[in-house]
Amino acid sequence: MASTVLTDRRWIARGEERTSLSRFLLWLTPWTVLLAIGVYAAALCLWYGLNQTNMDNRFAFGLWIFLDLGIIALGAGAFFTGFLVYILKRSELKPILNTAVVVGFICYSGAVAILMIDVGQPLRAWFTFWHPNTHSMLTEVTFCISCYLLVLSLEYLPILFRNRQLRKVPSLFVFERQLHMLVPVLAAIGTLLSFFHQGSLGGLYGVLRGRPFAFRTGILIWPSTFFLFILSAIASGPSFLMLVTATVEKVTGRRLVPQDVFRRLAFISGLLLAIYVAAKSIDTLVWLNVTSPSAGFAPWQFYAHKPFGTPILFGEIVLFGLLPASLLLYRKTANHQGLLLTAAAMACSGILLNRFVLTVQTLALPTLPFDEFLSYMPSWQEIASFGGVIAYGVIVYSLSYRYLPLFGSKGDASHVSGN
Amino acid sequence: MSAARYGMVIDLDRCTGCGSCMVACASENNIPALPQATARTGLTPMLVRRVSNSKQGSERREAFFPIMCMHCEHETPCVKVCPQQAVEVDKATGVVMQMPQRCLGCRYCMTACPYHARYFNWWDPSWPAGMEKSLNPGVSSRMRGVVEKCNLCHARLHSAMEKAAAGKREIDAADYIPACVEACPTGAIQFGNLADANDPVTKESKSPESFRLLARLGTEPKVYYKSKEAWVRALAEPNAAPASEVQHG
Repeated sequence: MASTVLTDRRWIARGEERTSLSRFLLWLTPWTVLLAIGVYAAALCLWYGLNQTNMDNRFAFGLWIFLDLGIIALGAGAFFTGFLVYILKRSELKPILNTAVVVGFICYSGAVAILMIDVGQPLRAWFTFWHPNTHSMLTEVTFCISCYLLVLSLEYLPILFRNRQLRKVPSLFVFERQLHMLVPVLAAIGTLLSFFHQGSLGGLYGVLRGRPFAFRTGILIWPSTFFLFILSAIASGPSFLMLVTATVEKVTGRRLVPQDVFRRLAFISGLLLAIYVAAKSIDTLVWLNVTSPSAGFAPWQFYAHKPFGTPILFGEIVLFGLLPASLLLYRKTANHQGLLLTAAAMACSGILLNRFVLTVQTLALPTLPFDEFLSYMPSWQEIASFGGVIAYGVIVYSLSYRYLPLFGSKGDASHVSGN
Repeated sequence: MSAARYGMVIDLDRCTGCGSCMVACASENNIPALPQATARTGLTPMLVRRVSNSKQGSERREAFFPIMCMHCEHETPCVKVCPQQAVEVDKATGVVMQMPQRCLGCRYCMTACPYHARYFNWWDPSWPAGMEKSLNPGVSSRMRGVVEKCNLCHARLHSAMEKAAAGKREIDAADYIPACVEACPTGAIQFGNLADANDPVTKESKSPESFRLLARLGTEPKVYYKSKEAWVRALAEPNAAPASEVQHG
């Protein structure tokens, strides 16, 4: 009697080589465990409340907000690639488009999941839509992120429906074709929504008059951080896409996109990062010389608290800003994969550092003259919940890579992002 | 009724740090007794903070700062940021109101408040057995997961308004006195209508010895402090003098 071998071959695109199902399941196992721990930690927070975290009345925001802002910035590659391909007609980036959508979907859905744990009354989330305060940056963030997640879901569906078996379902096939025709429109809507919510996330802290370390003046109702967040997100998004694609290439041992795509992404990321660094430098100078003193605070006093000294400012602007921007723009770097990816990783780290400074450092610093500098260490529930989001991302991406035409497929010439 | 601007002047030279105001506030507003709460997670809408001039020996001076919601009236930081209008400035009274029933618990208002005068309900409210009989029936307790703060004893304001409405007259100042003001044994906390030029509190607020914390932020707080001590007055400016907190009251 012949032995039965469990296989998922018929779900994988024709002509595509994928590892065996058993090896794939083995790869998923640790991530599933991490996800399960994360779900358990999140359930504790939802059931027993936020006393499961180490946040407190002074440190009212913690690890989760920092990571939300971070992964939403890194997920900006999704809307920005769509913008470049569909609006600016940069067709050479089409090979990266599907993976950009999946990465964006993971980042945004993960961030929304964490946000739902992070609020004290998640069942009241709809109140923001019912009683919106139009002056609040958080209202704008809530509206735009919700809408954009819907857009990303609609962009993800055509990719999902191109699975070898799902394509056999006539209604799904028709639905996919209809959705596919809408993709350029969705990309345009996504671009609009993303510009606003990336900016509003920057505005979240920039409008805080009561937190002079974060408070910024700006243009009309928008503080400068509004524009800096947009710039930094569209600068880091392409770098993060490069990192994700290169990691997948390393893990699978396959060449997935032409080197030209990496070169193009590196140039775009480098150029935008250079503009961001220039804008950030000007903003810092204005804050040091005008904004902070006018609120009665000597700006350098904010850097007197270890470990948040001036090196962190240097790191943000020069080490993880100017340096990776120069590397990404340097023509020879583009031909050296290792250097290119190091520069991309530094660019992403710089943006994460910026989000950390704005969220965590702002709350750690004293405002009242007799306040103390505060420290905060997240609880295991906070760390595990976020670990769960990372595991969720790896699992969704792994499944998408295995069963969907993320980088086109040999057996399927009509690339989703193409035509 | 003409619009009021309720505010306070707290004479720091009179404050002994006894904490009566904190106890009265907790009792009036049904603040739960939570043994698991810490100095950083407890509910203290009125918090007396003990500060020193950071000197030692005979030069050492200390003062007590009762800290509560300052009821800012310009660009009120918490009102501006709340995504679902759970915080508002009552135009009739100038009181910054928190609506726990609408609060999402996002805590954005807490990060916005420069005075750290907003508190999150990290736990379900609970009281030792029997203590619930002493709760104030005029104030609803707040559930876990929402933010709360000083609302200048709004239940007392309601009561005074009802009394005024029944008598078809304006609110009598004697009918509306927040619990902390009433409880202070040294009379350090004065409460009144800053919109009334003849109110003693308005006159006190204009004294050269009066100041407001972080006034340069431009949020126009309605809680004034008063002291004859220059080093205490210097605390109005964040950089003006070295000061340190000795401990929470």
